[in-house]
Amino acid sequence: MEGILLFAMEHGSLSDLSASTFSLMDEDHTLANSVRFTLNQENMDSSVVGCMGCALRHNFYAYDMWTVRPRVVFCGYSIPHPSDNKVNIRVQTTGTISSSLSDPAKDVLKDALENLTQMCQLVRSTFGKTVDDFKVKNQ
Amino acid sequence: MSKKVSALDMPDVPMGQLPEHLNRQRTRVTCNADAPIHTDAVHYSGAYSLMGVDNSMGLEKFSKNFKVEIVRLSEDEIEFDMIGIDASLANAFRRILIAEIPTMAIEKVLMVNNTSLIADEVLSHRLGLIPLDADPRLFEYLSENDVPNERNTIVYKLEVSCKKDSPRNTVKTNQLKWLPNGSELEMATLDKSAKVKSYTSFSCSQDSLPEISKKPLGVKHDDIIIAKLGPGQAIELEAHAVKGIGKVHAKWSPVASAWYRMLPEVVLLTEVKGQDAEKLVNKCPVNVFDIEDLGHGDKKAIVANPRACTLCRECIRGVNEELVELGRVKHHFIFTIESTGALSPEELFIEAVKILEEKCDRLLSELS
Repeated sequence: MEGILLFAMEHGSLSDLSASTFSLMDEDHTLANSVRFTLNQENMDSSVVGCMGCALRHNFYAYDMWTVRPRVVFCGYSIPHPSDNKVNIRVQTTGTISSSLSDPAKDVLKDALENLTQMCQLVRSTFGKTVDDFKVKNQ
Repeated sequence: MSKKVSALDMPDVPMGQLPEHLNRQRTRVTCNADAPIHTDAVHYSGAYSLMGVDNSMGLEKFSKNFKVEIVRLSEDEIEFDMIGIDASLANAFRRILIAEIPTMAIEKVLMVNNTSLIADEVLSHRLGLIPLDADPRLFEYLSENDVPNERNTIVYKLEVSCKKDSPRNTVKTNQLKWLPNGSELEMATLDKSAKVKSYTSFSCSQDSLPEISKKPLGVKHDDIIIAKLGPGQAIELEAHAVKGIGKVHAKWSPVASAWYRMLPEVVLLTEVKGQDAEKLVNKCPVNVFDIEDLGHGDKKAIVANPRACTLCRECIRGVNEELVELGRVKHHFIFTIESTGALSPEELFIEAVKILEEKCDRLLSELS
């Protein structure tokens, strides 16, 4: 019932927070696959961001080439052993240049989880409304 | 000398929109005669970034495209369409519906007397599988160290016997009596002078609790056979029901089953007329095709009911390979939920979504 969380980072990358593996207890494909889906959708919001090719800020109003600015380079999950109730979620981010710090993978995962929560709330409200309408129509 | 044109302005470079064949790959599973292809979902938001197409499913896009349509709703069963949702979320809801929504089921059976032909443990196993008409949201979990009280246990009694010289009788679930005041059995103690303790300590009768008094806590179906007794046999037992989830034991699963399938798409590649049309219509066992009269005795085959397609592939087997293309629409799921009775099927789905939200919240609080 508890989702105890452990950070696992490879040797030599404790300082580089842009890539991390999160080991979750008491979770399985149910949450991991959904989180992988929302992680893949993570985009940067601002219209003036760092160019992915160089470290300068570009003004993109004239040149609309990069309409998609994903924050995630790699995301995936694995279940180390089916008998253990553990899931490893790996997130590697592109990093925003706006603060000259890499986007910590933890923040991207948090945003993805919040997106997932909002999607679920939307599903719930749409479903509830549809059921009520159906019941009224078929009294 | 022709004018210099930027590579991006070439007419066949599809800026902003995916070309037809790629869009088809992205949104449809093509079911060929040997195996389906393009089954993986293209999730990555930057998958088509070099073409200038945004593949992300942001919240605004999701809320614009997401739709639910209910086909059938009854007390026990619901069939509805979810459009615009990804397979990972649909599967998460299905897994939660089967394994993680709590229910009440009999867990502990205190046997007083069992002279029937059914062994104690087999009888207890059968009792555990009986669906109870109790809303699990009114109860709390009972853990090892907790005392069973009116908030986490439901107590039932079964006391039946078959008299000598009377024919065999059948013990059905309507003979399971609910005891709102808790256990009537006394715990055995060596100390004769100590106060008599019962197996449960109900501080008040469950009857008096406002939510429960509206509907007595019985079993959902009255006619399930528990055991059969021959003359001279008797069963006397007390059963305690607690809250649990399907992951621990299937008796706590609230659905008979919950499943989904993707919306089938059947496309006629060429016009099928006359005798061929008749043959095609007769091939399909679920009547996906139908004949449309064109007048002058001319007939044409049309796709009348693609939703019924079961992917038996009869229409693409043998000589007819080039006439039909079968496929599945990726983000359109036809969900069916059959409830065992504790919660209504629409409530079950809402609980499932709530549980997924709770998982996210738990993880979010761990991360912060």
